[in-house]
Amino acid sequence: MSAAPAAPAPAAAIDPSTKTTPARGARRMTRTAWGFLGPFAVFYVLFLIWPVIYMFISSLFNTTLVHRGLGSFAGLANYREMLGKNEFWVSMWNTIYFTLLTVPPLVFIAFVLAVLANRVQRGQWFFRLAFFLPFILPSAAIALIWNYIFTPATGLWPTIQGWFGDTNPQSVLGTPDLAMVGIALTTVWWTIGFNFVLFLAGLQEIPREIYEAAAVDGASAWQQIKSITVPLLGPTTGLVVLLQIIASLKIFDQVYLMTGGGPGISTEVVLQLVTNTAFTDYRVGAASAASVLLFIVILLVTLVREIIERASAKSKREN
Amino acid sequence: MSATTNSSSGRGGVGISATAPPPRRVTTTIRSSNRIFDGVSWVVLVVAAIAWLLPSLWALKTSFTSNGTSAVGAQAILNDWALTFDSYLTLIKGGDLWNWYLASAVTGVLTVVISMFVCSLAAFALSRMNFRGKKWAMGAILVGIMIPSQVLIVPLFAELNQMGMLGTYWAVILPQVPQVIAVFVFKRFFDGLPRDYEEAALIDGASWWRIYTSVIVPMARPVIAAMSIVTFVWVWNNLLLPLFVLSNPKLMTIPVGLATVQGSFGQRVSDIQASSILGALPLVVLFLIFQRQVIEGVAGSGIKG
Repeated sequence: MSAAPAAPAPAAAIDPSTKTTPARGARRMTRTAWGFLGPFAVFYVLFLIWPVIYMFISSLFNTTLVHRGLGSFAGLANYREMLGKNEFWVSMWNTIYFTLLTVPPLVFIAFVLAVLANRVQRGQWFFRLAFFLPFILPSAAIALIWNYIFTPATGLWPTIQGWFGDTNPQSVLGTPDLAMVGIALTTVWWTIGFNFVLFLAGLQEIPREIYEAAAVDGASAWQQIKSITVPLLGPTTGLVVLLQIIASLKIFDQVYLMTGGGPGISTEVVLQLVTNTAFTDYRVGAASAASVLLFIVILLVTLVREIIERASAKSKREN
Repeated sequence: MSATTNSSSGRGGVGISATAPPPRRVTTTIRSSNRIFDGVSWVVLVVAAIAWLLPSLWALKTSFTSNGTSAVGAQAILNDWALTFDSYLTLIKGGDLWNWYLASAVTGVLTVVISMFVCSLAAFALSRMNFRGKKWAMGAILVGIMIPSQVLIVPLFAELNQMGMLGTYWAVILPQVPQVIAVFVFKRFFDGLPRDYEEAALIDGASWWRIYTSVIVPMARPVIAAMSIVTFVWVWNNLLLPLFVLSNPKLMTIPVGLATVQGSFGQRVSDIQASSILGALPLVVLFLIFQRQVIEGVAGSGIKG
């Protein structure tokens, strides 16, 4: 509307040079566009791309924090060292074990809670608050609370165990077999809100009419969940599982804050091995090799999901 | 088969009951079974909500109990309801906490301001302009989303060391500026905005910069607000980066400061829990005020630490 009266006037006002040569106008637009992209591109290259490249390069050198520069060329020695080291495999297994312990409950419980919360109309804000709030709190605050709860003898956890008759319970974080379970429990409590919110967003996109039609056809609540909610929430569930696996593989905070990797190295995870190697032993090259290996594991997860997605999309098209 | 007769039952069940009684009975049994289901849902949700609130409430109760009582154990805390503010007073007078708040506030605000400006400007170019290398730029953004930044802590540290930025706020701020997800979310939002205004403005001879500042940004305010808050929470909570690049206790952010609390407070359990509560408090307040933006921002971007 406002464009109509304005149209004839600027034809004269526009700089004649841009009018006559469209190529020059396009070139100017390219320059402006890169001007807009420039600031982001600088940060992106400096703090995301270059660290990736530097990680790969330094993993092939005896780089240290003690001397400047890359140090002497090491070939694949850093990788050989890591892959031949018991501590690396222990920390890799601990990372995967933590992922196995956290992903199923974090996806399943979040799904159930979201489906139930979506059905109740009254008080939904309260449940959102209760389940989501821990997620936005700092890991350090969470760790202080749960370390305290798990404190042997005086903490809330052993006290509750005492009420149920277990008067001399094992220390959760002090027992090698239990420590990771304690960390996983803390993590489930801390981060469930994220998956809960993703599921809730997915649920709200399912049109009410489908449920209404099903209800009219006599489908019970359970049948509706089984044959409407679960299948229609499939894509959301796929996304939640992927994000959860990746987040779990990057575990660092909770272990660092709650057990420091102990007892012994029974809860040490890869990112901790990386930081210990770099900041305690000053060996950037070896730490980079371990980082690359974790990086590859995480990328593999993304890749596998991509392949599954393509395959299922293809089979859907063929059917 | 009863679908057609029942379809009007939403508005008036009376007419149906006169014409077709049997289906109505079916509906009522389903309705009552649904009522049971909803009742069970409520019970499950309430129990879960209590379980989820319990740890925070326990920390809160402990923080209001004296150090002497809390050191004895959980049972003693449950028996002692003489509430005290002593732990909070100790922390507020202690000094360290204020430094941590300051560090977190400065790094959080500066990162968000720089990041949102830089990311929205890039998203604007990608959404609205045609230029050479656009495909490349889009590809780079998509690749960037897949890079797990935590894994880069060692090369990042080495780089910041060479730049001489270790031990300064910049070492925490600058690496967190490129929020690739934000570019992606902004671009998706800008793509959905109508183009009429800017076409008119371009014909009027307005520059792209003017269109960004006076057309796009005002319309994108809700999404910029949501992403700003989510990024702020994310930066505020980041432990890994400030833990290794800020060693000066005066510059520690809240998470790094809290990580030292257990060692320095030892048996003063109430003081430890009070620090946890105070460390979390700004985000709780922020969340209560901006609940909708936080949830939308998190759900829309899929950011997970």
